[in-house]
Amino acid sequence: MTTTVKPPNPEQREAVMDRLRHGREAVAQRWRDAPRWVRWAVLAAVIVFFYALPNKEFYQYLGPIPTPGANFTQVMFTVSIYVLMAVGLNIVVGFAGLLDLGYFGFFAVGAYTVAVLTSPSSNIKTLWPWLLVVPVAIALTMVSGVMLGTPTLRLRGDYLALVTLGFAEMIRIAAVSSDFLKGQRGFNQIPHPPGKYTDGKPIFGVLDARPYYWLVLTLIIVVVIGVRNLTHSRVGRAWISIREDEDAAQLMGVPTFKFKLWAFASGAAIAGLAGALFAGKQNFVNSQNFELLNSIIILAAVIFGGSGNIVGAIVGGGLVAYMIERFRGIELFGLELYEYRFLFFGLVLVGMMIFRPQGLIPNRRRAAEFKDRRKEVIVGE
Amino acid sequence: MLLEIDDVSLLYGRIQALHGISLTVDEGEIVALIGANGAGKSTTMRAISGIRPVASGRIRFNGEDITKLRADLRVRRGLCQAPEGRGIFPGMTVLENLDMGAYTRRDRAGVAQDLNRVMELFPRLAERRKQAGGTLSGGEQQMLAVGRALMSRPKLLLLDEPSMGLAPMLIQQIFNIITEINEQGTTILLVEQNAQQALARAHRAYVLETGRIVKSGTGAELLHDPSVKEAYLGVA
Ligand SMILES: Nc1ncnc2c1ncn2[C@@H]1O[C@H](COP(=O)(O)OP(=O)(O)OP(=O)(O)O)[C@@H](O)[C@H]1O
Ligand SMILES: [Mg+2]
Repeated sequence: MTTTVKPPNPEQREAVMDRLRHGREAVAQRWRDAPRWVRWAVLAAVIVFFYALPNKEFYQYLGPIPTPGANFTQVMFTVSIYVLMAVGLNIVVGFAGLLDLGYFGFFAVGAYTVAVLTSPSSNIKTLWPWLLVVPVAIALTMVSGVMLGTPTLRLRGDYLALVTLGFAEMIRIAAVSSDFLKGQRGFNQIPHPPGKYTDGKPIFGVLDARPYYWLVLTLIIVVVIGVRNLTHSRVGRAWISIREDEDAAQLMGVPTFKFKLWAFASGAAIAGLAGALFAGKQNFVNSQNFELLNSIIILAAVIFGGSGNIVGAIVGGGLVAYMIERFRGIELFGLELYEYRFLFFGLVLVGMMIFRPQGLIPNRRRAAEFKDRRKEVIVGE
Repeated sequence: MLLEIDDVSLLYGRIQALHGISLTVDEGEIVALIGANGAGKSTTMRAISGIRPVASGRIRFNGEDITKLRADLRVRRGLCQAPEGRGIFPGMTVLENLDMGAYTRRDRAGVAQDLNRVMELFPRLAERRKQAGGTLSGGEQQMLAVGRALMSRPKLLLLDEPSMGLAPMLIQQIFNIITEINEQGTTILLVEQNAQQALARAHRAYVLETGRIVKSGTGAELLHDPSVKEAYLGVA
């Protein structure tokens, strides 16, 4: 007997999707209904888990989680940087609804500010300590965000996407070709963050990546608390209203330009911080660190996790950065999987866009916005 | 004179949508603006609320020249528009939408009072306070848009086709509410396709044709004007 494979009919698919949706909603509901202390306990457990994660005594029991092809602690540092950036980009894309395609450009501004002001290979030889440069780096990225945003955020539409894309490319080209930014040769001997153990050894050394990871993790927590408070305030309401309907927001008296600029600049500042942390750990910064692809990955991570939702951004940023590293050192049918990492990444994204366009852990409002859009499409047909 | 528009022109790119229109709204009035599709009614509203810059002419509100004032600052001066096509925030609940209406206000007690008033005017919204705006029916969204504009406690309320897409029963109801809001002290500039109702309720009215004011008078005058009758009231 021959059977032709029938594509699942829409109703069946809808039924499966419904069941999935209900499962997730049940989990979400249980989480909301759980007593306060349970939620705090779970949160505390998660935080403790992530602080413990880079210790070999701990992660060796975690089965397939540690990366076979790379030092797991190093990988965790990279992942943490991505998470920090995803949280920052989520303000821009998720809350204010601004499409920033060149977010990594701000990371580069942060990293290069540190490099230029601290490294002995820099032309200006200021040789400042790392800690002193961090606020400068953050301020400079914010200024570049304001400079980029002021002319473009007044305009509607896709100008911002184009301008940010151009900005990131400009930074990259400057890094590759200008003598001041040293191109491939790069900057070396960038100082580490300060701090010594009681026995006089520096906390932030060359070999052990754990202190850097812990530092970034701590900063992530601080930033997340800050962002959360912001989103529950008038500022957050203004951002959401702009994202949902910019004209209507203005008609309600929201100074839309000001708030868009704020979202854009605070997102930039967080990327600048991430860049400064990166430079402080790496000891060496050159033009290879800033490929355009990184901007796209970060953006994809935020959308993947569920833009507009802080937890979604964290999970998205973490998972995407981790998965890319996880492929390293795995061979399948003689193919090095790492070489094909972006292919998988692309496939996953396409799948997401089809089945779950609102992201893994969507924002409640965002989900409603999607429903609304779908209605509009049906009406227009 | 609460609102005074003097010789205002507006361009969309190279298309001129308004050709030097002038109109006034006095404190306490309901003024209606009627006209065919594409006549420029919504455009006039956009010029007043400031989401579209005017090419020439002056707009004065409450004695102040607001021609160049940013839209959000006009709201703070007491000018609020319920946009055409509802323009509510789809992801926000009914309550959150209403809350956005009061965005410029700091007097919590007053806001709470106005919230109660809106809930009384629109009991349907009260029943659905936790529902996402985007999932409301068309008529409910319309009510939400009007209610939200009221939440800013405007001196002048701009309503762009509040009866659009409503069932006859609800149309009657929304016009009753408009009259009621006006009697409670809010001045209203009303754009309507439903010329019969609008003219019956308005103190004064203007007729707009291809970006020009072609006629004005009291509501009753226009209601009995033969050319208006023919063009907008469907009476031959
Ligand atoms: N954003 C825009 N860009 C270009 N032209 C526009 C734009 N908005 C409106 N127009 C044009 O300006 C003219 C007036 O439009 P407007 O929306 O003010 O009409 P209206 O009187 O409100 O019509 P309706 O009763 O259908 O709502 C129309 O010819 C329209 O096509
Ligand atoms: Mg209109």
